[in-house]
Order: sequence, then C-alpha cells, then structure tokens
Amino acid sequence: MSHPSPTNGDTLLFVGTMKGAFIFSSTAERKEWTKHGPYFPGESVYSLAYDERGGKKRTFAATRSFHWGSNIRRSDDFGETWSAQDRQAVRFPEGSNLSLTQVWQIVPGPRDEPEVVWAGVEPTALFQSRDGGESWSAVDGLLNHPHRPQWTPGGGGMCLHTIVPDPANKDRMVIAMSTGGCYRTDDGGATWRARNVGVRAQFLPNKYPEFGQCVHKIAYNPAREGRLFLQNHWGLYRSDDWGDNWTDIANGVPSDFGFAMQTHPHDPDTVYIVPLQSDEFRCTPEAKLRVYRTTNAGASWEPLTNGLPQADAYETVLRDAMSADSQKSAGIYFGTRSGKVYGSPNSGDNWQNIANALPPVVCVRAAVVGTSAASLA
Amino acid sequence: MSIAVVLPRALYPYARGSSTLVIDDPCSTVQDALSAVGKHWPGVLDRVMTEQGVVREHVNVFVGEDSIRFANGLATPVDDGDTIMIVAAVSGG
Repeated sequence: MSHPSPTNGDTLLFVGTMKGAFIFSSTAERKEWTKHGPYFPGESVYSLAYDERGGKKRTFAATRSFHWGSNIRRSDDFGETWSAQDRQAVRFPEGSNLSLTQVWQIVPGPRDEPEVVWAGVEPTALFQSRDGGESWSAVDGLLNHPHRPQWTPGGGGMCLHTIVPDPANKDRMVIAMSTGGCYRTDDGGATWRARNVGVRAQFLPNKYPEFGQCVHKIAYNPAREGRLFLQNHWGLYRSDDWGDNWTDIANGVPSDFGFAMQTHPHDPDTVYIVPLQSDEFRCTPEAKLRVYRTTNAGASWEPLTNGLPQADAYETVLRDAMSADSQKSAGIYFGTRSGKVYGSPNSGDNWQNIANALPPVVCVRAAVVGTSAASLA
Repeated sequence: MSIAVVLPRALYPYARGSSTLVIDDPCSTVQDALSAVGKHWPGVLDRVMTEQGVVREHVNVFVGEDSIRFANGLATPVDDGDTIMIVAAVSGG
C-alpha cells in the first residue's frame, strides 16, 4: 500500500468511513488525486485531524472497532506507521459510570501550545490531551454538568461532535452536542452555559428551551470574531456574539434540515451546506446533489451544481463530511453516505468526483502541507 | 492453578503475539481471571471490557462451551484447568 509523501504546498484530503480511513493526495492545483488506504480496515473512523503545530506533521484518527472499542491513533509519517496505543487512551474516570463509545471529534489546540489537543466523544464529554494525544483526561466542568441527566441521544448517539476553540482567548470554547445543543465556556472549561437562545427544537413541546436542541454542526472562521454559523436539526442560524443569540438565516434554501456546514477559509461571510429533504427522508431534495453557498453571511443562498449529479441523486452528507483547504483558491470537499467524495478547487464553482465507491463517508478533512493550517471542525 | 484464555486473532497484538494466555494467579471467577489478564496484558482487557469493568456489548466470553451471559456473568466460577474463550460476537454492519 502506498502512502502520501507530500511536499510543502501539496493538498491532502483525509476521509473517514464506516470501514476505515483513506488519504487522498494532490498538488496545489488539485487536478488529480491519488488514493492511499484503507487504514484501519473494518473499523469506523468518525474523526480525523491534521496538525502541524510544533514542527510536526501529525495525523490523528479516531478509530472504532465494532467489537473491541475505540481509540485515538497518531501518525507522524502520513499513515505509514501509527501509534501502537496498547491501552484505550480516552477513558472515563472511575465513578462516572460512563464508558467510551467512540470519539466524534479531534481538534488541535492553541498554536502556542502544540501538545494540547481536544476530543469530543460519545457519551457526551470533552477530553483534553496535553501531551500531543498520548494521554487524555475529561474536562470535569462538562462531565459533571447539571444538565447531563437531561441530555439525550440523537440518531447518531449522545455525542459531543463539534469543538470550536477561540484562537484569541484560550478560556473560551464553544461545543455542540446532539442532543443538548450549544454550550460555551468562558473560564477555561470550569463552567459551561447553554447558548441556544433563538434555536428551535422542532421535536419538543417547548420549541425554544434553554437546552435540549439537536445541533448538527457549528462552523467558525476566526477572521470574524464571535460569528458562528449553525446547522440544526431543522434550522440554519448565525450568531454574532459567540452564541449568546441566534438568528434564523434559512433564506432561500430548499430545506433547513441538514448536517454538514463549512466556512470558507478566506471569507468569513461565505458558508457551505448540503440541505436534506427532512428528518424522515434524509436525502438531497428533488434527488439533486446541491451544495448551497452564502456569500453574505446567510442573507441569501445559491445552489452550486456544476459537476454534481442533478438527477437520481439520493445522497446524504453527514455532519463531519465537509471540509475546506487553505489554498489561495480554496478547495471545498464533501463525502456522502454512498461513498462518493467530491471536491471543488475554486470555492464551489465547479466540482469533480474524487472517489466513487468508498464505504459510507462520515468524516472529511482537508489540509495544505507546510502551512501549519489545520482544518478546523 | 492454571487457566487458559484463548484469544481471537484481533487481540494477538495486545498479547505480544500470543493466541493463548495462561493464568497462574489464583482465580475463582471469570472476573478474577480477567483481572489477571488485565494485570499482565492490559491492552487485551481494554478490548474485552469497558473502563467501567463491563464486558463489551459485542464480545462473548465462554467458560468451556458455556457463555457467561447465560451463566452468572463475571461471577461465573472457574476451576483449575478451565479454558476461557474470548470471541467476537456474530454482529457487525
């Protein structure tokens, strides 16, 4: 099996599936892609991350064996070798009565603390590593949160699937869980406040509770501090104040149901989503595979279809299956439950099929080698 | 006392390549035997049980030909010369 051997400026696309992970490599032009893998064949890989902080080139993979449990593995040579990880590194503490089901999200920490890494897991919890991902400990403030007994699992499980650290303030972080909603800490994780004002809970008698929403994804571009975008289980929202208030921005989309959401790496007003028909029929509306893009922070959305099938395309794009690279002409990528991967080298204007028959895609992460820019969730 | 613990191939890497572990520690239950496994081969135990000490949902543990699910669970007694077999359940997607 070949492994990537990229040079600076090359593009990597990490794809996690229900049956293993793949790495696709290309140049800065991204005309052709080479597939590497599968890594961890037979295991699901719900989260991947690439981290160049501290001079390393490290890939993280969250693996789950159907039988033998979950782990976080690391590779410093683009998948050729992986950390042995004899023990299960992410462990709930004794007395919590919780056991790790799987890791849903891995996010590198601050640039000046290259050994800090975050993990969001199922059952809902946030873990931190301070040694580059070798050992992990639960963030007590969230583990012991008084709302915990009322958090309930969504269709994917009771998971913390989104981690948005504030690069400008180490004490602030936004996380999202299904269900439970959006929470924020402003004191380094000691306390967490529900931040769901204005976010609808379609499936509850009280449509606007303090918490209990089923947030599917939150996207952030640090170039516009405090502005968050949220794809809900019904509902598209924007916040301009770190989640204190949310405004409906479902203006001109065929459905405000969906999972994936991705900000443009260079333009904080540009965001991408893939609407799905409904919670009962989680497929692309009208059997057309359309990415929707706003370039004005949600005031309006336009369908992007060039190169995407516009007939008989009953596709589903899951919450972590969309990503962007940081090339000058930004690349946007997504994968489908039917095992297809598409990419656009020009911010969504044109799309090409990168893979056509992978196992169901659950995670996509893009990165440009040598830029120290990790792809954020 | 000697109890053999037969592993599935997927767990050989966590047992330094062995297919069968031999437990010499005093054991009266499956719990005791698995604790001994964890003392010598912690990576094996992590894959058989959760961090809260529960056998994973899709893992079956047999004493001889009897599944502990249909006996007394981890309290199922073991005797000198018994064989414990760890098997991946016939489940998956």
